[in-house]
Amino acid sequence: MSNIPEDYHYSSTHEWIKVDDNGVATIGISEHAQEALGDIVFIELPEPGTEIEARAEAAVVESVKAASDIYSPVSGEITEVNEALIDDPQLVNTAPFDDGWIYKMTINDERDLDELLNAEAYADLCADE
Amino acid sequence: MASRTPLYDRHVAAGAKIVDFAGWDMPLHYGSQIDEHHQVRADGGVFDVSHMTVIDVAGADAENWLRYLLANDVARLEAPGKALYSLLLNHEGGVVDDLIVYRVAAGYRMVTNCATRNKVLNWLARNNHGFKVKVEERVNAAIMAIHGPNAIPLTCRALPEKSVAAVRELGNFGSLEVNDWLVARTGYTGEMGLEVILPGEQAGAVWDALLAAGVKPVGLGARDTLRLEAGMNLYGQDMDEKTSPLAANLSWTVSWRDQERDFIGREAVLRHKQRQQDGELPVLSGLVLETRGVLRTRQQVETDKGSGVITSGSFSPTLKQSIALARIPWGSRNCQVELRGGMAPLKIVKPGFVRFGKRIFD
Repeated sequence: MSNIPEDYHYSSTHEWIKVDDNGVATIGISEHAQEALGDIVFIELPEPGTEIEARAEAAVVESVKAASDIYSPVSGEITEVNEALIDDPQLVNTAPFDDGWIYKMTINDERDLDELLNAEAYADLCADE
Repeated sequence: MASRTPLYDRHVAAGAKIVDFAGWDMPLHYGSQIDEHHQVRADGGVFDVSHMTVIDVAGADAENWLRYLLANDVARLEAPGKALYSLLLNHEGGVVDDLIVYRVAAGYRMVTNCATRNKVLNWLARNNHGFKVKVEERVNAAIMAIHGPNAIPLTCRALPEKSVAAVRELGNFGSLEVNDWLVARTGYTGEMGLEVILPGEQAGAVWDALLAAGVKPVGLGARDTLRLEAGMNLYGQDMDEKTSPLAANLSWTVSWRDQERDFIGREAVLRHKQRQQDGELPVLSGLVLETRGVLRTRQQVETDKGSGVITSGSFSPTLKQSIALARIPWGSRNCQVELRGGMAPLKIVKPGFVRFGKRIFD
């Protein structure tokens, strides 16, 4: 069973989102997702300043196995991307929930978060796959 | 129920991600296939390839039969201790399988692919009429491939003491029989190394000794990127029963040294030669993507002479860019691929990207 932190929200497409005290959200992919993808070799990051809709394509992760789209769990504006991933995309493999984060964004509507899964529901989803 | 090699429990203990490979439970990687790739390029790694098929050929007509059956000429193996790479062709000159054939004291030993096992055994049985040969599959054999710049000295620590001096002396494609082991300087990575074929029940102890000597386990994931960097074909992907060896960069493996030799596929390959001279046969080329992105197997490419197809595409951990083998029209001078909506240029090179840890194309 892979690690699934309690204080994150999850999408059914295996992205996670964590909101800090200032309302800034950080997005990445779950440990389960990185395991399924295998070693990640390139990441196409979004442009900071981009407005993005919930469930729209925000980034592309290319692994040894396949290319995989990363969908934004919520709507908002992208404020920052993890440039460390350009030289070291395997951070997503080794630390998917912290150093391997992909981008940060502001959230237009906090109610988007209610549409997402909590850790327990996400664990059930992974177990079913 | 999937087949398992004698080393299965050790793979699980080493943290392997086990996947199905043609009916076998095999290790894809033990954590990171890229780390394992670098391990082989920089030091030494061991692959369990016991899923491959080992077939011994003996009998009065063994040599004559293999000269008829194989596109390469086993008459080149003038004594036990020599080996060569060959294709098994059908009558249309398509590739039934590729293999290594070793000349051994008792006759010949062939190592063929795993996924083609039934097909190959049937093919051998169908084509042995009139030859006095004994064909025996060594179902119990285990095979370990140990490759990397330090692989030979590291492996010597795990080999029987009396064989070490002779193993160090082995030349490329040389082999040595020690009791019921076959130790050979063959492989599929573009690095120095050995393949050891031995009775399955002895494999575990050797595996443990190799790991104790500092050799790391390497899964099938890294095996694929290593062979692709080395420009070596994968059967079923880069060639199959519909592919001429001349369109698979393997004309060098069809031997014409004895012009009189009759072998299966001979007439067809002669016809392919004519078509090749007329520019009608495609070629298997290497492709390099200079920008970010990964070329994928079965992706279409476009050249100045028409369309082609990527037969093996992946990311090269050594070069840190994407490389591929592709079958493209003869004489193509430029090539592009659709990548995220746009066309990206590809460099056409000879198949073969990395040898002994270094980039080998311009």
